[in-house]
Formats: sequence, structure tokens, C-alpha cells
Amino acid sequence: MAKKKIRIRAKLKGDVAEVKTLMSHPMETGLRKNKKTGEKIPAHFIQEVICEHKGNKVLVASWGVAVSKNPYLSFKFKGGAKGDKIKVSWTDNKGESASAEASIG
Amino acid sequence: MKRRTFLKGTVAGGMIGVAASAGLLTPRMVLAAWPKSAFDAKSVDDAMDALLGSTSAANSSDIKIKAPDIAENGAVVPITVSTSMPAESISVLIEKNPSPLACSFALGDHTIGFVSTRVKMGKTSDLIAVVKSGGKLFSAKKTVKVTIGGCGG
Repeated sequence: MAKKKIRIRAKLKGDVAEVKTLMSHPMETGLRKNKKTGEKIPAHFIQEVICEHKGNKVLVASWGVAVSKNPYLSFKFKGGAKGDKIKVSWTDNKGESASAEASIG
Repeated sequence: MKRRTFLKGTVAGGMIGVAASAGLLTPRMVLAAWPKSAFDAKSVDDAMDALLGSTSAANSSDIKIKAPDIAENGAVVPITVSTSMPAESISVLIEKNPSPLACSFALGDHTIGFVSTRVKMGKTSDLIAVVKSGGKLFSAKKTVKVTIGGCGG
């Protein structure tokens, strides 16, 4: 299956930390059909993304199938400092999950 | 490009099929918190009602949606929603999609009212951003023209 990868880049601008993440995921809607067999391709998408800063949840995203393949997510928060750890983890509709950490630069 | 996505889809579809028939998959059991009914809703009102418990949101000029006026590829439409309100949550709905609710974000206390992501749009439609702030709902709209749909078919 697809590689589970999350790329995180976090940067401090003044007192605001800006986090950008890129996840690898097919984000299959369940509406597309296999053109050869006419069978529907089952849905496979990330349902929940949790972004944490030092153990506190900064952002919890609930996603539907309308989020693009290999999702991109960016957000900003206050109270971060250089070197702080940011953790991003996702769970999809099949119970698969992945997580990654990065520090604010 | 088309051929590549198609091939990938075939392989993935096949594997999922095998796993499903073997009874290995128990989807949706793990995530009690994920608002399934809201994501399954077929209209904007139903989705908002299921997710936020209300369909009435006041129009606000304080919510900014940054998205292209014309999206060449509906499969990847970059959107950014920002607001200066102390937002508890930000949700994005796409009116003409089969299921309008695209994504919803719950924001922490120190999180700024700003989210940016990429969504799929089946056809030209209004993007609706709903912000919950102080227990009230506020919304803003933007029309995005799609020249090639993002939902396949």
C-alpha cells in the first residue's frame, strides 16, 4: 500500500508559529468507478487529524472524502517557542494511522 | 496522467477488496468522534445541522476565504479560511458536492483562526466557510468555477 508519510514544517514568526503539513494518502472518495470492471473503488480517506504542541491539542481536523489526495494542511497558533515539538497524527476510515513529529524552527 | 491514476486505483481497489472479503476491516469502529452523519449529509443544511446543531449562520465580513475564482482542476482546489474572531471551529462546505461537508477543524485556545488545505470540487459551486465563535455561527461564501471536475466518473 501507499507509504505512510507526513511531512511537517513549523516556523516561528514573531509570536505565531505556522505549521505546514503534507500527508501521503490516496483519499479515495468511494464514488469513483474502476473503468474496466465497473465496480466502485471503495472509499479510503483520512477521517481525523490531530495536531499537538507539547501534548496540547492545537487543531483537530475532521475530514470527509472531499479533501484532496495527499492532503495539505496549514495552521497557525500562539505560544510556541523555538525547538518545541509538534506532533501530527491521522487516522483513516479503515483504522490505519500514522504520526510524525517535528520541532519549530 | 489519467492512465496513471487509473492504474493506481485498480491496484488499490483490488487489495481493499481482498482485505474486505477476508473480514479484516472494521471501518468506523475506531472513531466514535468522527461526525459520520454530518459527512454523509446530502445538503448544506443537513450537514450543518448534524455538525453544528443549527442551520442559521450570520453572514460575516470577518471571515475571509482565499480560493481561486476559476479552478482548472477540481481535484485540487487550494483554500484558506481566516478570521480574526476567536474561533472555536472552522468548517468548510462545498454546496454542489455529493456530500457538501468537506472538512471541519476544531481549534485550540491558542490557535489562530486560520486553516489552509486543498479540497475536491465536483463542479462549479459555492464554497461556504462556517466559523463558530462564542457559541454563535458565522459564515461566508465564495463561488469557485471548476472547469474539470474532481470526483471522477
